[in-house]
Amino acid sequence: MKIKPKVGVVSCSGECCSHGTLSRVATRLILEGVRPETVTLCLPLFLAGDSGEREFAQRFPTIPVDGCHKRCAKKAIEKYSGPTAADVDVEALLEEWGEEAPASRRVLSEADVELARRVAAEIARRIDWVQGERDA
Amino acid sequence: MTEKVLVIPCSGIGKPFGSIGRDATLRVVDELRPDKAETNCLSLLVMGDEEATRQVKGSVCIAVDGCPLECARKNIEMAGGKVAAHMRVMDLLRENRGLRPREVTFLDKDGEKLSAILADRIATKVDELTEGQR
Repeated sequence: MKIKPKVGVVSCSGECCSHGTLSRVATRLILEGVRPETVTLCLPLFLAGDSGEREFAQRFPTIPVDGCHKRCAKKAIEKYSGPTAADVDVEALLEEWGEEAPASRRVLSEADVELARRVAAEIARRIDWVQGERDA
Repeated sequence: MTEKVLVIPCSGIGKPFGSIGRDATLRVVDELRPDKAETNCLSLLVMGDEEATRQVKGSVCIAVDGCPLECARKNIEMAGGKVAAHMRVMDLLRENRGLRPREVTFLDKDGEKLSAILADRIATKVDELTEGQR
């Protein structure tokens, strides 16, 4: 029998640039439809020391979704809960795809939302890989 | 002291309140008071980024929290910053009981209204704090 492990997705807070907005929106798209069985951890709560959030990341595979190369979400999980199962760097994806970051960090255009959907698809690929890796 | 007021939202991702705080903050720093206010990543701050830490320690800070757990305030304080003003979306909801925001990813009409109200309030506070610096 195959048992798919619960997977946690953690978006960086990403207030300083529009890459962070993409990581946040892509993470929400995962929860709202792409992989609704996924759980999201609240990074600010995790950082503030919430034991529930940190324990989840210790017990279940967790995928940080970072807006930029500074990779705060990944570093935070590794520091407080252990290794991550996979990771996403939105800035690196955009570089790979030859796409510009959204012009606004508050309001996304149609094209930006499409970009967020592409990022969500990348997150979903990693979720599937993590779940496949750990099939019982 | 750096000149600009540092506005840091929690950017909570599970409920609309975090999205409202984030949206209101970005309205202030990008549209309403770009010359007087700025923001930075809460996570960068807490993870000990040198530049962010210097910025938070040298600035007047406004914490914008979505829920009663007050992660923005706590994290700013953990990073060595001083919170000069604290805005809470939950307080705003109590004052505007007719508004019921439901969407997290893209704010709905009520979420947008609350964000605009909160942004005005933050902008007013930014004005007060920058006046106080003179």
